[in-house]
Amino acid sequence: MNSWPILSLVVLAPWAGAALLGLRPGLGDRASRWLGLAFSLSTAALGAVLLAGFDPARTGLQFVERHAWIRSLNVHYHLGLDGLSLVLVLLTAAVAPAAQLSGWGRAGPARVPTLLLLLLQGAALGVFLAQDFFPWFTCWELSLVPAYFLIRLWGGPGATRAAYQFVIYTIGGSAFLLAGFAALFAATGTFDFGQLAQLGRDGALAERLGPWGVRAAFAGVLLGLAVKVPLWPFHTWLPPAYAAAPTGTVMLLTGVLSKMGMYGFLRLLWPLFPAQLHAAAPALLALAVAGIVLGAWAALRQEDLRRMLAYSSINHLGYCLAALFAVAAAAGGERPAEEAAAAALAGLVLQLFNHGVTAAALFLGAGILEARAGGRSGLGDFGGLRATAPAFAAFAGVAFFASLGLPGLSGFVGEFLIFRGLFGLHPAAAVLALPGLLATAQFLLTAWRRVFHGPVQGAAAGFAPLTAAERSALVLLTVLMILPGVAPGLLTSLTHPLVTAWAGHLPR
Amino acid sequence: MSALPWTIYVSLAGAALLLALGRASPGVARGLALATALAGAALGAAGAAGFTAQPGLQTLVDIPWVAGPGIRYHLAADGISLVLVLLTGLAATAGVLFSWNVRERAAEFFALYFLLIGGVYGVFLSADAFLLFVFYEIAIVPKYFLIANWGSTNREYGAMKLVLYSFAGSALVLAGLLWAHAAGGGQGFGLAELTRAASALPAAQQVPLFGLLFVGFGVLAGLFPFHTWAPTGHVAAPTGVSMLLAGVVMKLGAYGCLRVALPLCPAGFAAWQPLLGGLALAGILYAGFVALVQEDFKFVIGYSSVSHMGFVLLGLAAATPQALAGAVLQMFSHGVIAGLLFAVVGRMVYERVHTRRLDHLQALGLHRHLPFPALVFVIAALASMGMPGFSGFPAELSILIGTWRTAPLWALGAAAGVVIAAAFTLRVLQVSFFGPAEPAAPTEAHPPPALDPITWPERAGAALLLAATVYVGLKPDALLGWILPALHSPALQPILRGTTP
Amino acid sequence: MTIDHSELLHAFRPEACLVAGALLVLGLDLATGRGRTAERRARNAALLGLLALAAALAATFAAAPSGPLAAGTMLLDPLARVTRAGVLGLALLALAATPGTLRLPHAAEYVALLLFATAGFTLMAGTTSLLLGFVALELASIALYLLAGFDKSRPESAEAALKYFLFGAVAAAFLLFGFSLLYGLTGALDLPGIARGLAAQPVSPLLLVAVVMVLVGFGFKAAAAPFHLWAPDVYQGAPAPAAALIASAAKLAGLAFFLRLLGSGLTAPAADGPPAPWTGAVAVLAVLSLVVGNLAALGQGNVRRLLAYSAVAHAGALLLGVLVSGRAGPGPVVYYAVTYGLATVGAFLVLAVLDGQGGAQAHADLAGLHRRSPLLAGALAACLLSLAGIPPLAGFLGKFLVFAEALKAGGPASLPGAIALLAIALSAVALYYYLIVLKEALVRAPAPGAPVIRVPAGAALSLIATVALLLALGLVPDLLLRRF
Repeated sequence: MNSWPILSLVVLAPWAGAALLGLRPGLGDRASRWLGLAFSLSTAALGAVLLAGFDPARTGLQFVERHAWIRSLNVHYHLGLDGLSLVLVLLTAAVAPAAQLSGWGRAGPARVPTLLLLLLQGAALGVFLAQDFFPWFTCWELSLVPAYFLIRLWGGPGATRAAYQFVIYTIGGSAFLLAGFAALFAATGTFDFGQLAQLGRDGALAERLGPWGVRAAFAGVLLGLAVKVPLWPFHTWLPPAYAAAPTGTVMLLTGVLSKMGMYGFLRLLWPLFPAQLHAAAPALLALAVAGIVLGAWAALRQEDLRRMLAYSSINHLGYCLAALFAVAAAAGGERPAEEAAAAALAGLVLQLFNHGVTAAALFLGAGILEARAGGRSGLGDFGGLRATAPAFAAFAGVAFFASLGLPGLSGFVGEFLIFRGLFGLHPAAAVLALPGLLATAQFLLTAWRRVFHGPVQGAAAGFAPLTAAERSALVLLTVLMILPGVAPGLLTSLTHPLVTAWAGHLPR
Repeated sequence: MSALPWTIYVSLAGAALLLALGRASPGVARGLALATALAGAALGAAGAAGFTAQPGLQTLVDIPWVAGPGIRYHLAADGISLVLVLLTGLAATAGVLFSWNVRERAAEFFALYFLLIGGVYGVFLSADAFLLFVFYEIAIVPKYFLIANWGSTNREYGAMKLVLYSFAGSALVLAGLLWAHAAGGGQGFGLAELTRAASALPAAQQVPLFGLLFVGFGVLAGLFPFHTWAPTGHVAAPTGVSMLLAGVVMKLGAYGCLRVALPLCPAGFAAWQPLLGGLALAGILYAGFVALVQEDFKFVIGYSSVSHMGFVLLGLAAATPQALAGAVLQMFSHGVIAGLLFAVVGRMVYERVHTRRLDHLQALGLHRHLPFPALVFVIAALASMGMPGFSGFPAELSILIGTWRTAPLWALGAAAGVVIAAAFTLRVLQVSFFGPAEPAAPTEAHPPPALDPITWPERAGAALLLAATVYVGLKPDALLGWILPALHSPALQPILRGTTP
Repeated sequence: MTIDHSELLHAFRPEACLVAGALLVLGLDLATGRGRTAERRARNAALLGLLALAAALAATFAAAPSGPLAAGTMLLDPLARVTRAGVLGLALLALAATPGTLRLPHAAEYVALLLFATAGFTLMAGTTSLLLGFVALELASIALYLLAGFDKSRPESAEAALKYFLFGAVAAAFLLFGFSLLYGLTGALDLPGIARGLAAQPVSPLLLVAVVMVLVGFGFKAAAAPFHLWAPDVYQGAPAPAAALIASAAKLAGLAFFLRLLGSGLTAPAADGPPAPWTGAVAVLAVLSLVVGNLAALGQGNVRRLLAYSAVAHAGALLLGVLVSGRAGPGPVVYYAVTYGLATVGAFLVLAVLDGQGGAQAHADLAGLHRRSPLLAGALAACLLSLAGIPPLAGFLGKFLVFAEALKAGGPASLPGAIALLAIALSAVALYYYLIVLKEALVRAPAPGAPVIRVPAGAALSLIATVALLLALGLVPDLLLRRF
């Protein structure tokens, strides 16, 4: 189709940067940082090229690269991109440079953390673009390594335990995901997502695996993805990890890595196991709603800004999961259901992007606060920041209200569409999730009030002005929070045909 | 192809020459040792270059040896042997590089070392069961002296335990081979003849016969519950020897199971299969849990070897083409990775800080003082955890795929094993190298360590093994292309389940 | 039946060489010894003895195989030829090591006795007559009693000689009793005649008594359990080269005689008939020897006693070989006995050299041997590992062949098959006690101040030859096997 292996470039460019940093042990901090920023921006540049060449009307894969890799296991080096992948690549393009910039103020050698962030970025991109299980899983697992070391070596208090827990939980899930795919391969002899999805649609997969085999494989894949997103009750690794991780890392974790799990649901679980997901969807929907509500309530009770944001992440991703499960639970065939499903799915994709940007911005803000409070991030450590740091307060305000879902900012459109779809498909779930929405508003507003209003106290006094790096990162993310709110069509136009096609293929 | 037998002769000649040197200076001895190891590796590679993969063993040498019982000096190779010969070359070379600091009686050390290596090459290339057994035994006894003489912790005990376990296992094998030979009316010891004779036995006799052969070989492969020699032996052994033990010697057992036990008694295997799968899983999980609570760095690695060999045995027990291919690939992969891990633990760390207690190491925060070993260990640990991109992953994936076709529950158990492997590997990684997050102030008890710099042989050895695991991880076809055709050999057909998809 | 005396002379050339050599040694020492140093006299005597042994060996190889000789008293079949060569070779190795190691007065007498004993062995190798066999056995035994007690400076040596003599005399009595019963039953003294006589009559209780008597007699001689009790004390007390001969050549010659007696004298009339009357008794002796020998060796702290118990265990394996020799022929079991003898001679020669340098009794006396003398340590390792049955040393192939034949006889469920499995299982135990000794020799550091050992040239040559033979026979077993 095109002579340039552009998707390979997307994945490999950050890794090339990492390799460059790895091979130059004597590189200074300044040079390391600029190099890291430059290579993290490669995704944005290449993303622009992709955007230009992307044809939204086609629902299939574009920019496909497919080469035989391991003949004995029928593995192909297969990259491809559709609207969903493109949105997530763009999200990575936005979050990764901001994450790089967030670390510029930290003392200590910069080379290794920069390198690890680039590795993480490349691995995430690989997950979003791979269309064969082998390369996909390679990137999926590889993303853990830099994340582990970033948390372990540059994390806050409790980092050792948090990092260990994070990796073991995730690998615990992935091992069963791997076992599930081993079962799929044993039955079909292919790792190609497209071919597997075709077999899944035909029901051939269930036939070849047998009734228990297909359930076991489904359960394995589900477990692997559920831990990653995370789906309640597999979330317990998340708050300690988010609380302990350094700012840039947590931005990538919540902004990009949690999307890997959601992407897996959409790319693997749903297409491969439509019938099984349909059967399990009511139960899963209940878990997703529980995640929404309990996540919000838990966030309400946190005294620490980071932990509050961590729970809010669970809550926000709960919306995405609820949307997917509601769609999967719905039987197709009727026009209204299809419409509602399309709305829910469109909202889901939007929410993926928006939450990625918003959560990254919030954690960036928390990181900025922490850096000025000697590492503390308790809600009670600050007060009246609006008076001492008006510019920062403005940026933070956008993020808070975007997260809350204020119309005009990015969060609103996604959540609105999701709830619209949810009401159409599964009103009970929508009603049950509503308290979560309210609690979200409450904890965000409470936090906003305690940190930014009231008398100046704690670290708010003598708040050092934002550095250029911080300011640029905040500006970048803020633009991306306002723009989709004002013009949601920019994103939905990329995914609309895809989403419509998905909604049209509901089981009858 | 025809270069392959010379791997044996070169190694044994090297051993003899080193023995003749007697009290030569360590420098001369290790130079000669490195030359021998490289020559063996090069000959293996040359053999691989001229190799065309096809089912069945391809004869290299075949001359009558002992007329009475029909014993022949019959060397032959197929893809499986070839992979293991290459592994032996790699492991032997790396082992010499990591034994560079052996000063005392260096010539004797390397003489025994190459006696062992020669035996290992011989086992992998034998097509006559008697010959295979002779080489197998040749590989056993030098281990005792290598460990008892040059080892560390509890070396005499560890050496004796290891050798007696191995020898007891080989006694079972001997009984089984003689039985099979007798069943064939004493018509030769060629694997083909024995297979014909033994597989014609009624099932009631094949069951005990298979038990003798598989358990006998399995002892050396770390088959649960006969694995207990492995951790103590690995810990007691000097670094280069630990690398060989885990790297190639445990493979001898697994290779014997695959080459001898399975083809000889298909009916016996069918009866044993559920138990074998259970034992393999028990080994994976039990050793994994034990590794999780060890306080000695090397014991963790020792138990991890048992756990990883459990995957090999599980692949053998599953007996599908994918599972067997995965088992052989895992043999290679574990050989390389275990070698690396032992190299870091025994040579790079222990020789510098003189402790293997994890709590002591934790206090040192070694990654700041030994960045190169830390990096090597991180990569080796990742490979050991089965991270994609390294050789362990395609191996474990193949085993999982193959196992699924035989018994889905085993595959789930193995997946649990992967998680446990990740848990203990990560634990030892963060405790051993990445001690306290903040550098502890040097105290009386823990002065800032003044550590010798990493030497070139260490760098070279680590680079060699790292390159091997990454190369095979990214291009498993390089080995699978040899292994898979070998699985179409007629000898294996009666036990194979399913076909390659 | 007439006796062709020239043929007889031809057949007995080795024995003639030995006897003449012995007389020459004695005579020459008497004639020229006065005035010379003991060392010189010993060297001359040993040299003459070696010449005699070498001549006998050459004569053995020169003698053409032939049918029964001397009215059926001798048979120079392959078994006889190999056994003769074997005992002569072993005696040669044992004697070659004496100059410089065994510092005794009256060396000429020592050499002469050794030659007489060897003559007894070679006679036993070829005899098919009860009478000649018994005479040969006693000729060898009496010489060995004297050799065991030859070191008059040590009370242990006297004790060994006395014990050996008492047990040997009792054994001889049993044997003689058994022989006379056989003669009474069949009226024949030659083995084919006995076989013919027995075939003509049903199995009588008297025959069983005779068989048991013979087995008890041989059991004593061969140190098979439960008649082994003399062995540890004798091996411990006798001078090491003498012990070497008792443990190796005497066993080999006795085995040949025993094989012939059971094989051609007391064999079952037809191959598919009921098993020979001795099968059960031999099997019991084999099992007992294997178990007792291997287990008792575990507890030994003295190298020689350990070798004695290991000899008991090997006697069990030899009996297993005897058990299956009817089907398999004598090849495997003789190969076993020869290689066992070689390894034992080697081990005792190492001890003999050490005896000259302060003694070697307890395991700990061997500590640091690898530093004190790499040659001795290496030779000891080779010999003990051969005894343990580690390839490529010859001991492995001996075991392998015997066990293979045992299993071939009827699978693992048959009596010999089951004994073979037991023996295989016990081989792991055996490796343990051999390794305990080797640990001292090759791993432990020498005691402080322990001197470097100078190995006399004869002993060194002898040891090197032993190890070379062990390797050669292990790698090319057909050197020996194809002679059958």
